[in-house]
Amino acid sequence: MQEHDMSWVRTEMLLAEAAPRSQVGIGAWLRKNLFATPTDSVLTILAVLFLGWSVPQILNWLFFDAIWVGADRTACLTTEQGGQLPEGWSGACWPFVSGRFGQFMFGRYPLEERWRVILTGIIFVALLAPLLIPRVPFKRLNAILFFVVFPFVAFFLLVGGWFGLPYVETPLWGGLMVTLVISYVGIVVSLPLGIVLALGRRSTMPVVKLLSVIFIETVRGVPLVTVLFMASFMLPLFVPPGMSFDKLLRALIGVALFASAYMAEVVRGGLQAIPKGQYEGADSLGLNYWQKMGFIVMPQALKLVIPGIVNTFIGMFKDTTLVLIISMFDLLGVVKQNISGDPTWATPQTAKTGYVFAAAIFWIFCFGMSRYSQYMERRLDTGHKR
Amino acid sequence: MKHIAIGIMGAAAVGFMVSTASADTLSDVKAKGFVQCGVNTGLAGFSAPNDKGEWTGIDVDFCRAVAAAIFGDGTKVKFTGLSAKDRFTALQSGEVDILSRNTTWTINRDTALGLNFAGVTYYDGQGFMINAKKLPGVNSALQLSGAAVCVQSGTTTELNLADYFKANKMEYNPVVFEKFEEANAAYDAGRCDAYTTDQSGLYAVRLQMKSPDDHVVLPEIISKEPLGPSVRQGDDKWFDIVKWTYYALLNAEEAGVTQANVEEMKNSDNPDIRRLLGTESETKIGTDLGLDNDWVVNIVKAVGNYGEIFERNVGSGSPMKISRGINALWTKGGLQYGMPIR
Repeated sequence: MQEHDMSWVRTEMLLAEAAPRSQVGIGAWLRKNLFATPTDSVLTILAVLFLGWSVPQILNWLFFDAIWVGADRTACLTTEQGGQLPEGWSGACWPFVSGRFGQFMFGRYPLEERWRVILTGIIFVALLAPLLIPRVPFKRLNAILFFVVFPFVAFFLLVGGWFGLPYVETPLWGGLMVTLVISYVGIVVSLPLGIVLALGRRSTMPVVKLLSVIFIETVRGVPLVTVLFMASFMLPLFVPPGMSFDKLLRALIGVALFASAYMAEVVRGGLQAIPKGQYEGADSLGLNYWQKMGFIVMPQALKLVIPGIVNTFIGMFKDTTLVLIISMFDLLGVVKQNISGDPTWATPQTAKTGYVFAAAIFWIFCFGMSRYSQYMERRLDTGHKR
Repeated sequence: MKHIAIGIMGAAAVGFMVSTASADTLSDVKAKGFVQCGVNTGLAGFSAPNDKGEWTGIDVDFCRAVAAAIFGDGTKVKFTGLSAKDRFTALQSGEVDILSRNTTWTINRDTALGLNFAGVTYYDGQGFMINAKKLPGVNSALQLSGAAVCVQSGTTTELNLADYFKANKMEYNPVVFEKFEEANAAYDAGRCDAYTTDQSGLYAVRLQMKSPDDHVVLPEIISKEPLGPSVRQGDDKWFDIVKWTYYALLNAEEAGVTQANVEEMKNSDNPDIRRLLGTESETKIGTDLGLDNDWVVNIVKAVGNYGEIFERNVGSGSPMKISRGINALWTKGGLQYGMPIR
């Protein structure tokens, strides 16, 4: 006799049905994201109309109607302005940018010495790129080269006066080069100094704590513009005649100290987020103060505040434009100078073109920093995944 | 690190040691080997970088002339771009030796600020520009009654405008802008009937208009803006050099000495020219100034005479095409009058 098991048990999972037609495909996506409610629909339509109206105009201005070659302002003038272009024309005047490109990049750095700046830039990229890519080995050596050796190499190359290289004084520097020099120094100085200040502020030693608090609060309480102005125009009143410091050096010190104070507060925020148990655990392992901070606390704290750190970096990168008030011409400063001071390129489109170019360069750098920081966050995010 | 240490020491010394720049600027300049000159960070025709990144302009060329007078080499000058706010501080603190930055000569600056003006390299003044297509038949500012006038706020320009219309019992409607660029754009877009700022500025602004030829600069000048180089008070020797460099430029133009013919002119029979160029035997004009006797030759070789500087930077040789007007020599109906060099 065969025993029949009358109960019925499914031995395999039922195949998943395809989702309803209304839930898949482009139509569903559109409904869900763009037309979910009447308000959404209205907003979507308005946004599309706005884009449809503005984007073609922007593209036309930037590319299709733009002028790409020319020797001076007449290339970008309409017939009624004394040029060749049809009446009512409006477009970017790119020859202005290409004609002044050298100045936008190097300021008034002597033409025949500009290879030095380019070489420095190549070394910078060659050292930075492998440092940013996690897979590449020899990180420690690379970091030493980038943070310790490179500043000296760059200094000797850019300033010159050694090994037969002619001396190039810093008032001749300008453009993107100055922006990058100030940002690099600011970043390289502010992170370690900020960490030290943050630790100092949380220290139990009263003198260290007091000094850190005084420094941070003083620097944060004064506008950067004021500091730069004082350092640049008031300092000579107070030092003996004939003694002068390099203006760029003054700006570098000012910017670096400034960024350090802000960085200290960002890092302190990270330190406060670390539970007390981590400190006590480190203590119970017998680690000393620096081991505790270096191996247990800091790696966690810094990881937490990556957005804040990069925020400070980006802010500082853009703050470098303030050096214009002490007559250092950074990228924006050079662009402005060429717009306002140069009759050979004075056209109705010159100013717009110059500012769009400067904005694009700034955007590339800031966006790059931002994207890399997000990549780093994801990579290091081991404990707090969303 | 050394610089930082020195900086801290300097800051510590603030309380008991406030020193001004040295009283003998000429020796300082000779010792360091160049003239440090404060110029505008960018003003069309006065100081601006060219394609090669070299400074050009009237104010710039004046500094080159001073450098040529001292060193016989117009390139021995370094420029510091200064904003309107920091220019006087920079001169007082010794950061620059000459301030040649389109600065109006006023009594307040001469006395309270401790400056000495060496001369007027450009007689400027506030003027009006109108769109001749929109306002045909207007050829005088006195016809602007009831007009909307674009003006930048917070400048003396705004006050002069109010004074002028009040004095002439005319109504007007000021359209005030915070920034120069905004005022330009608004005027170009037709929001105002007239635009007012310094005349040299009007010519520069006109280049950026949609149709420059439609715009006319009216002849009236409603304020005096004599622009010239200045030095610190209390150093007469240096003041003399800067002042006489200016007169030498004017005298060279009056005598017809140009960059091209200066070498031939040295052999001129005219005693005035021989004195000017230091070829008179046993002349002491240059050495009394503390310079070489061929100082004027060096100046003219480096930058040309005043007329050449003017035409090259703002006149017919530049896109601005400003006419000489009151900046012509006194012999041609202008105000430029070089004191005699003898």
